[in-house]
Amino acid sequence: MFDRLTQTVRGAALMDFVGAFGLAMKYLVRPKATVNYPFEKGPLSPRFRGEHALRRYPNGEERCIACKLCEAICPAQCIVIEAEPRADGSRRTTRYDIDMTKCIYCGFCQEACPVDAIVEGPNFEFSTETREELFYDKQKLLDNGDRWEREIAKNLELDAAYR
Amino acid sequence: MDFWTTPGGWTLITLGEIVLVMVGVLISLAFLLLADRKIWAGVQMRKGPNVVGPFGLLQSFADFFKFMLKEVIIPAGADRTTFLLAPLITFTLAFIGWAVVPFAPGWVVSNINVGILYLLAVSGLGVYGIIIGGWASNSKYPFLGALRSAAQMVSYEVSIGFVIITVVLLAGSMNLSAIVEHQAGWIWNWHAFRFPTLVIMLPMMGIFFFSALAETNRPPFDLTEAESELVAGFQVEYSSTPYLLFMIGEYCNIVLMCAMLSILFLGGWNPGVPVGFMASWPPALASLLLFVVFALKIVFWFFMFAMVKAIVPRYRYDQLMRLGWKVFLPTSLFAVALVAAWKVFGTA
Repeated sequence: MFDRLTQTVRGAALMDFVGAFGLAMKYLVRPKATVNYPFEKGPLSPRFRGEHALRRYPNGEERCIACKLCEAICPAQCIVIEAEPRADGSRRTTRYDIDMTKCIYCGFCQEACPVDAIVEGPNFEFSTETREELFYDKQKLLDNGDRWEREIAKNLELDAAYR
Repeated sequence: MDFWTTPGGWTLITLGEIVLVMVGVLISLAFLLLADRKIWAGVQMRKGPNVVGPFGLLQSFADFFKFMLKEVIIPAGADRTTFLLAPLITFTLAFIGWAVVPFAPGWVVSNINVGILYLLAVSGLGVYGIIIGGWASNSKYPFLGALRSAAQMVSYEVSIGFVIITVVLLAGSMNLSAIVEHQAGWIWNWHAFRFPTLVIMLPMMGIFFFSALAETNRPPFDLTEAESELVAGFQVEYSSTPYLLFMIGEYCNIVLMCAMLSILFLGGWNPGVPVGFMASWPPALASLLLFVVFALKIVFWFFMFAMVKAIVPRYRYDQLMRLGWKVFLPTSLFAVALVAAWKVFGTA
């Protein structure tokens, strides 16, 4: 009975609203949490799984040996690889396609890769205007590798301690 | 000088005043809309719109052009005429209410002596825009939104009416300018703070404020829009300019309610100190200062509207009806009786 009365009085005096108003005013003058995105960017973990890239060895030779482990493990089945021996007798891919519209960015391909050839780099800003641009071929992936090699190498090095 | 007293001149002057008020209200609406979004964002520790113009000041104008340039989509099943008529009704009714609002001494388009009744009538008609819009859309959600709004706006109009009666009893006039004049002088002459009626009028101000929230379909009473269950209520099928008209009308109504709150309870243009020291000033300057005071009060109330949107969770439909009919209506009715009794027996 008494509780009910207190509640009514508090309600009529708008106590809840006054409290909420005070709290809201406190938050209103706080520094904003907004990150001014295209100009400021949030931190990324070294493990961040972004756009794919095919890496090369420092001498320029491509790492991928066409073992097709990534193709096998890919749960979205978005990787297609064709391979045949090159003139010098080493196994290399003739075709390495990733359908980025199918990819779920699980990172299994880079886990499966025995030579750290296919990796998911730190880039996540690769939206396109057409669907076709997202069907990556080998050349595109190698170009990505060349473009992001510094960041990818750094991330692999930072993450190595936990593997 | 003679020309301005002829019917032709009078018409020209009035037309000029109407245009002035409309343009002024529209431009201030643009910035109040931005303020609304900024306050809402600020409470959530966001920045709000800040890209268009310095501090995002031109955001509303960018939105305006975006709305204007989009395609008007009219659903195949909709009644074309009424579908397009509804936003016009809302827009027009939101603006004609400003005709009787006194901005400063003598600064009023139409100083009619039943100004308050006129405002009540206009806001009573306001529900038609929403009902027609929801009905003409010929679609489920807009229809439900329109039904809700009909019940909601009618319920809260009743308590608003009673609250207004208490003010009219105190001021002894239905002319808005007279009501403001009645609150002249020190701040404790304002209806909200005048002793001893402040005991009644402060709660009445609260009831008017919350009823105004319900009347203008603002959160926490935005059941007509009900984003979570009715998508956007009566506005679901609207796009482009018709939607823009609805939105401008809605915000215009909110600002009109802010003006009403200032006029009825916070002394309108009265700054809260006797204005005798302005007697020697040029009349235009004095009026301008009083107008700024009035505008500041409107901005204060608009800030409260924005804060309520930011902090209060939405009401359920039955809670809304309970609050309107079982709390606000009896309280305001009781207050009318008390104020009337005080008028008859207390002042003698």
